[in-house]
Amino acid sequence: MSAGTIHDIGYRHYDGRRLSRPYVLRSLYVHNLRAAWGLGRPARAKVMPFLLVAIMLLPAAGDVAVVAVSKEPSTLWRYSAYPVYLQVVIAIFLATQAPVLASRELRFHVVPLYFSRPVGQLDFVLAKLAAMTSALFLLMATPVTVLYVGGLVNKVPDSVDHALRYLGALVGVGLFAVVLAALGLVVAAFTPRRGFGVAAVIAVFMLSSAFVLIIQGIAEAETNFAFSGWMGLFTPFNLVDAVQVRLLGAEKTAVAVPPAPLGGPVALLVCLAVVLGSTAVLYRRFRKGADL
Amino acid sequence: MPIIATQGLTMRFPGVTALHDLTVAVEPGVVGLVGANGAGKSTLIKILLGLLPATAGQASVLDLDVARQGPLIRERVGYMPEYDCLPPDVSATEFVVHMARMSGLPPTSARERAADTLRHVGLYEERYRPIGGYSTGMRQRVKLAQALVHDPRLVFLDEPTNGLDPAGRDEMLDLIRRIGTEFGISVLVTSHLLGELERTCDHVVIIDGGRLLRSQAVEAFTTDSGTLTVEVEEGRDALGHRLAAAGLAVRPDGRLLLVDVAGEHTYDLIRDAVVELDLSLIRMERRRHHIEEVFATPPPGPGTATVPPHAAVPPGPVPPGVVGPGVVGPGGIERGHGA
Repeated sequence: MSAGTIHDIGYRHYDGRRLSRPYVLRSLYVHNLRAAWGLGRPARAKVMPFLLVAIMLLPAAGDVAVVAVSKEPSTLWRYSAYPVYLQVVIAIFLATQAPVLASRELRFHVVPLYFSRPVGQLDFVLAKLAAMTSALFLLMATPVTVLYVGGLVNKVPDSVDHALRYLGALVGVGLFAVVLAALGLVVAAFTPRRGFGVAAVIAVFMLSSAFVLIIQGIAEAETNFAFSGWMGLFTPFNLVDAVQVRLLGAEKTAVAVPPAPLGGPVALLVCLAVVLGSTAVLYRRFRKGADL
Repeated sequence: MPIIATQGLTMRFPGVTALHDLTVAVEPGVVGLVGANGAGKSTLIKILLGLLPATAGQASVLDLDVARQGPLIRERVGYMPEYDCLPPDVSATEFVVHMARMSGLPPTSARERAADTLRHVGLYEERYRPIGGYSTGMRQRVKLAQALVHDPRLVFLDEPTNGLDPAGRDEMLDLIRRIGTEFGISVLVTSHLLGELERTCDHVVIIDGGRLLRSQAVEAFTTDSGTLTVEVEEGRDALGHRLAAAGLAVRPDGRLLLVDVAGEHTYDLIRDAVVELDLSLIRMERRRHHIEEVFATPPPGPGTATVPPHAAVPPGPVPPGVVGPGVVGPGGIERGHGA
């Protein structure tokens, strides 16, 4: 290499500060959050996430415009329904971005470089889960906030009620984000090739949803609505909507939710189990990926 | 104080023993860890990083116990894996800055150190381009930079010359030498090519099948053997006979003559013989043992000089290092052709 001659600048030792675990964890989180949005990577990596954000925002902006023109407050979408209505867009975002976080560093064998540094293996997984959750939260909370602000600007009545429903929807969005992130990362972590990862995440969401819808259809034809509601726990969007309906006082958006009083707590427990189980699986997966 | 010390270190995997009762201590400097593929080099590095618990025995790195103080060790050492470990879609700068932060360097320091380190390993303008477009040599440099960016006290370099052409190999070996001397960072470098380490390392540890074959300073491997290499243009045999008649131990070796040094007068005898026979002397140099010879013929001693050196070179690709310290290079040969 021709450039190999200008070496004699002199090596300087580093005697500055070396920060500890919280800093490393925060840096790892920020790095992954940026990666989820394609930041720090070439322009084409940014196209998909930002395109999907735009698609997510369109219905909210359109709806606010409708409210403004029609002066009809009831045309404002329910905040808690937004993620369920747009679940396909959210699933595509998860499918395209979860492999960036979960399988990219496994595929290119970058993981051992982390674990040969003072990076904890659990920290590594938690940073990824938190980053994917935050990315999804931003994706969903932004249009919901547009709806709320649009409502305020158009002076919809019952502003206190709206504020409460908005806050409830934000909690719901947070739950959507963490459950979807956990599932998406696990599926992507086991499909090292990015294309397969995208397909696998989409497949998990589409198949579970189709399967559950069929069973629910049969159950409702048999007028077994409780069974239909319980079946809803087997597909991610319906599961979180059950928590929204039973515990956050939202109206039902999914086909069916499990009956009160047990439905809400059980749905929340299932969410918790999904997140903890996924974390455990990811931990094992990255541990294995750290094999030098 | 040894930087690395192991005591009865044993690592068993189901069906295979990767390390067998390994006891070794190495001092600061550039240390070569030599062994065939599968000799247990990578396993040893994994244990020394505190990432793999050993089946039996103890090991310490920088006076820290690998079993209990792994996190402290990992703050103080750098590691360059054997295989490719770089994401293709980020630039070298971005990647090395990130790795610096993962070692706990604050953001500003991480950027400064990344720029400095990339320059030291010889990456300049290209460091802003995505790594995916780099040559193997450039990728090896990025891998080295990420191992050095946090200014460790010790770096583990696993097969750093893998996949490099002879020129790139020489550059990498020079760089490793400079890490040990100029940068003052101790190095543990693995290779399956013994010849590479002769000019790079201060100390060589040879393992085979997980067992320690030898651990000693390179000088001990390569002390002057008391053999001179003599090359003349024509009349090799005449010179050989003349020297043998003068009482020197002489044997032919290709176009060369190998002469055992019996004392100061040996040089004079050779010089005089060349002059009397009116030959063109191309070179006369002291020959050193190469690690290969010592490796293949334990125990080292005065007796090894009688072993034909070429019989001792192990099979496999011959690294540039085994060519030996060519005092007279191409220039001498050209002169020979011109005569």
